[in-house]
Amino acid sequence: MSDLLEEAGRARTLTSDAEQAETVLFSRRMWIRELDPRVRIITVLVFSICVVQLDQLPLLVASLCASLFLLLQAQLPFLPTIKRVMTVDSFIILLLVMLPFTTSGTELFSLFGWPASYEGLLQAVVILLRANAIVMATLPLIATIDAVTFGHALASLRVPERLVHLLLFTVRYIEVLHTEYKRLRTAMKCRAFAPSNSLHTYKSVGYLVGMLLIRSFERSERILMAMKCRGFNGQFHLLKEFSLTRKDCAFALLSFLFILSLMALEVMHVGAA
Amino acid sequence: MHIVDGALSSEVVIAGAVLSACGLVMGLRKLEMELIPAAGVLSATFFVASLIHVPLGFSSVHLILNGLAGIILGWAAFPALFVGLLLQAVFFAFGGISVLGVNTFNIAAPAVLVGLMVHPLIVRACGARSAALAGGVAGAMAIALTTLCVALSLALSGYNFVAQAKLVFLAHIPVMIIEGLLSAAAIYLIFKVKPELLHVMSQTSRERNVK
Repeated sequence: MSDLLEEAGRARTLTSDAEQAETVLFSRRMWIRELDPRVRIITVLVFSICVVQLDQLPLLVASLCASLFLLLQAQLPFLPTIKRVMTVDSFIILLLVMLPFTTSGTELFSLFGWPASYEGLLQAVVILLRANAIVMATLPLIATIDAVTFGHALASLRVPERLVHLLLFTVRYIEVLHTEYKRLRTAMKCRAFAPSNSLHTYKSVGYLVGMLLIRSFERSERILMAMKCRGFNGQFHLLKEFSLTRKDCAFALLSFLFILSLMALEVMHVGAA
Repeated sequence: MHIVDGALSSEVVIAGAVLSACGLVMGLRKLEMELIPAAGVLSATFFVASLIHVPLGFSSVHLILNGLAGIILGWAAFPALFVGLLLQAVFFAFGGISVLGVNTFNIAAPAVLVGLMVHPLIVRACGARSAALAGGVAGAMAIALTTLCVALSLALSGYNFVAQAKLVFLAHIPVMIIEGLLSAAAIYLIFKVKPELLHVMSQTSRERNVK
């Protein structure tokens, strides 16, 4: 399957026999990967919807700890995971730096004559905690699912069939097109193309994108014909079937209770305040 | 362009999810089974294109190309871009799951809007140059609208709108220019080499077979 998506998260999925043996060996510790994908998807969805409702710092820290626990349990490769979490943080860093200055409130300190407010800082910390808690739950629970299995799981969760088909096609061809892109890039390099801040660069990359689109369009025509030859009538048969085991139920119940208690504490605190 | 989890108020998140769901329904309705391979492959192309980094000043930016996606895919750009964002959110942890609706709307709605507006112009353009011009305007406009949507979703969540909007907008002016130039070049090439690509989504299965 797609190396690109592989890099992204499922770094140690079952690919070779040796790894398979290893996974069996460590199966007790890899329990997260044996959970039903549907359970994992729903859990993360509910978890992220609830976490963004939380405002109390202790509760946010608690949810972050829970996510961290899952992250450690899933035994993801250390460095890429940290890198991924950092990417997310780099997205918000601008917002976080701006917030204390753009929110009005009690002055905490001032920088170059700009007052930084305590409220703004608090809000920034809340956002940081929420985002990190959700990312750290997503990585072990969903990013470890095979992209195709993910599509099948969505289908069995009653996501519209066409959307699932579109997803499966996209997943199937991302890697193919990435290779194609690299090939075109190599061809450009052979002709001494070096990207710089020039109109020439933008034009060349524009042609590159255009060529990529044209080639993929032609490819898609061939794909459709080939599929028709094999009797494609607009219906993929999704063969994977999922079944809930006792472990899945236990995990779902536990996480449900955890999320429920977080929400209850939040509501109680708001009611008290 | 991605907004992360937890930065928006619940109202905005819900509104984004509902609007995106409407867009998805519209897009999927246009997407016949016959068109799915083409849409899927093109959606994968836009995913790959979003990994391309172009130099800009001392750093580089990655492409979004939602204008181009809108021109080529029309309404189908909605599900196609959604799939890309979903994969990014799930496997790269870019953006987030709870804000997927908002992010999809911010990127796909301008794409569809610009696409529907500019597509007839490009199809009827008398030369590749005017088609490229229209494509360039569409590419830049899509980014401008996306920026506006991002600023608006931050503003509706209670952030200081003027400051945020200015900041986001100013930061993206160079991106708009680059996306405009790139889209223009890409449309120029497509117009010259493979104009059928511009009609990919309006083809019905019968026309395809006749051809």
